[in-house]
Amino acid sequence: MSIRLQNIGKHFGKTQALEPVDLDITEGELVGLLGPSGSGKTTLLRIIAGLETADREPGGRILFGERDVTHLHVRDRRIGFVFQHYALFRHMTVFDNVAFGLTVLPRKQRPSSGEIRSRVHRLLEMVKLEHMAQRYPAQLSGGQQQRVSLARALALRPDVLLLDEPFGALDAKVRQELRRWLRHLHDELNFTSLFVTHDQEEALELSDRVVVMSNGRIEQIDTPDKLYRHPANRFVFEFLGDVNHLEGTVRDGVLTCGDARLAVDLADGPEELLLRSHELELAESPSPEAQLPVTVAAISPVGAEVRVELEADWLGEPWLATVNHANYERLALTRGARLYALPRRWHRFPAERVKQPSRAPEPVS
Amino acid sequence: MQRIGDAPAVRRLLISAAVVLAALFLLLPLVAIFAQAFARGIDVFWANVTNHYTLAAIQLTLFIAVLTIPVCLVFGVALAWLVTRFRFPGRRILQTLIDIPFAVSPVVAGLVYLLLYGRNGWLGNWLDGYDIQLMFAWPGILLVTIFVTCPFVARELIPLMQAQGSREEEAAVTLGAPGWTIFRRVTLPNIRWALLYGVILTNARAVGEFGAVSVVSGAIRGQTNTLPLHLEQLYQDYNTVGAFASASLLALIALLTLVAKASLEWRAARREVHA
Repeated sequence: MSIRLQNIGKHFGKTQALEPVDLDITEGELVGLLGPSGSGKTTLLRIIAGLETADREPGGRILFGERDVTHLHVRDRRIGFVFQHYALFRHMTVFDNVAFGLTVLPRKQRPSSGEIRSRVHRLLEMVKLEHMAQRYPAQLSGGQQQRVSLARALALRPDVLLLDEPFGALDAKVRQELRRWLRHLHDELNFTSLFVTHDQEEALELSDRVVVMSNGRIEQIDTPDKLYRHPANRFVFEFLGDVNHLEGTVRDGVLTCGDARLAVDLADGPEELLLRSHELELAESPSPEAQLPVTVAAISPVGAEVRVELEADWLGEPWLATVNHANYERLALTRGARLYALPRRWHRFPAERVKQPSRAPEPVS
Repeated sequence: MQRIGDAPAVRRLLISAAVVLAALFLLLPLVAIFAQAFARGIDVFWANVTNHYTLAAIQLTLFIAVLTIPVCLVFGVALAWLVTRFRFPGRRILQTLIDIPFAVSPVVAGLVYLLLYGRNGWLGNWLDGYDIQLMFAWPGILLVTIFVTCPFVARELIPLMQAQGSREEEAAVTLGAPGWTIFRRVTLPNIRWALLYGVILTNARAVGEFGAVSVVSGAIRGQTNTLPLHLEQLYQDYNTVGAFASASLLALIALLTLVAKASLEWRAARREVHA
């Protein structure tokens, strides 16, 4: 079922948690709400669920398919909600937790106890916890609890599944597993899902589309690919990955900053360029286009790549470059080594909020 | 590893101090009560307990307790629910107001009620017009007992419900549960031990209350005398055995309360290990 928000905003007292937003989510989509804490993403999710009421804005509406649910109570919206800290009923067994939604249905709609039993067992099978049916939530691990909470939310076959930081409290490996598993489940059952996260990797990996939010505002709605390649503004660019800053003055197509020089195709005047850490190469000599002398301040091998912290007199904040192991060994990187940074690509976002596509500089050898 | 203050000498000193003090201030008086009550044999004790006035006092005391508990229960749950589940202006003030009965001396509470509801009081005067008498009758005793005991349940529940938060209730409502079902199947099971504990404390206080009740009851023998008041009268009449027989009844109720409380705590602890 599709979700459509029109002019939905929220104040808590005098603070505006959410500026009036419009949002369209098509049926069967898996959409991530991404943003730092306090960006209004959870508020937006809770408004869609009906756990918070939106401000009374003219024309403010929430539609599930053709159904206007703006003034509908949570319990009548037919949503499944998964809470960050699972919110399982601690005094009930796993079975009773999953069965809860079915057992509180009005007598006329309630399935027979035999049918409830078989439905709950099917759900527990789906989340691979059938052998845990008689356990209490406190006896389960975090990942297991979150799976129970998913099964519970799906028991009533909701039209819409809403997840509030569903993997936030889990350790990295379990989080990875659950993420894949949720993606499969979503593709298999084909409900419409919306989840909140502050983890860009999670949002980019899991979502069909990502809604990036900050300060109660939607900054950009796009597919993960487009979001990364064509960020709408500086906030989105900075939020989606590591960023290095280069500030200087451009004259005659050369940006100068202390000893550093970079050939750029820009008009004269002060400029600030942004560089991704994986778009920085390290070399023993400068290139004709880039002369950016740096000193290696720290080296930390993290999994498949090596993160190198770079310092220089002309830099306010140290830069971060990620190099692969082959380059790491070829350059024989050590702390204190003097090298040159060669940007493969740079980005700039002029002060006014204009949509400005990133540009590649002259090819660097 | 040795913890701070865990040297054998310190430990022995502290333990013996605790034992001596507990024996001197707690155990000895308790033993003395029963010793005095049975000082002239079981027959005299029994005669005093089954005395008409004593029985009337026991009856009134239990009657008041039985009426007080449900009122405090409903009041406490409603108040705790209100304070922990909603944000509204004046919430803090309300939370402070709950403590007034704890802060004010019960005698003062009794006097205030007397002033308000007594024959010459503001409300008492008006009620008198309808021939309703609250003071120097059981309704007055009930009123002040409720006043004195009403914070117990709320005080037990508020911290617990605050710590538990409303997430489980939110989960229940997203699953379509109606309000009453949520209370019965989610909220109540989570607070039941604290609730029972609050009731036990309420009962103990309702049975034992002296100060506030003595002001408003008038202490009419056989009519408005509760057990603590009756006890005091017997003592003033130099009927030591009678007084201590009543005292032993109160002590017995207190002991039963403690046993109930201990067993609740034991069960709660066992549940935690189990869960």
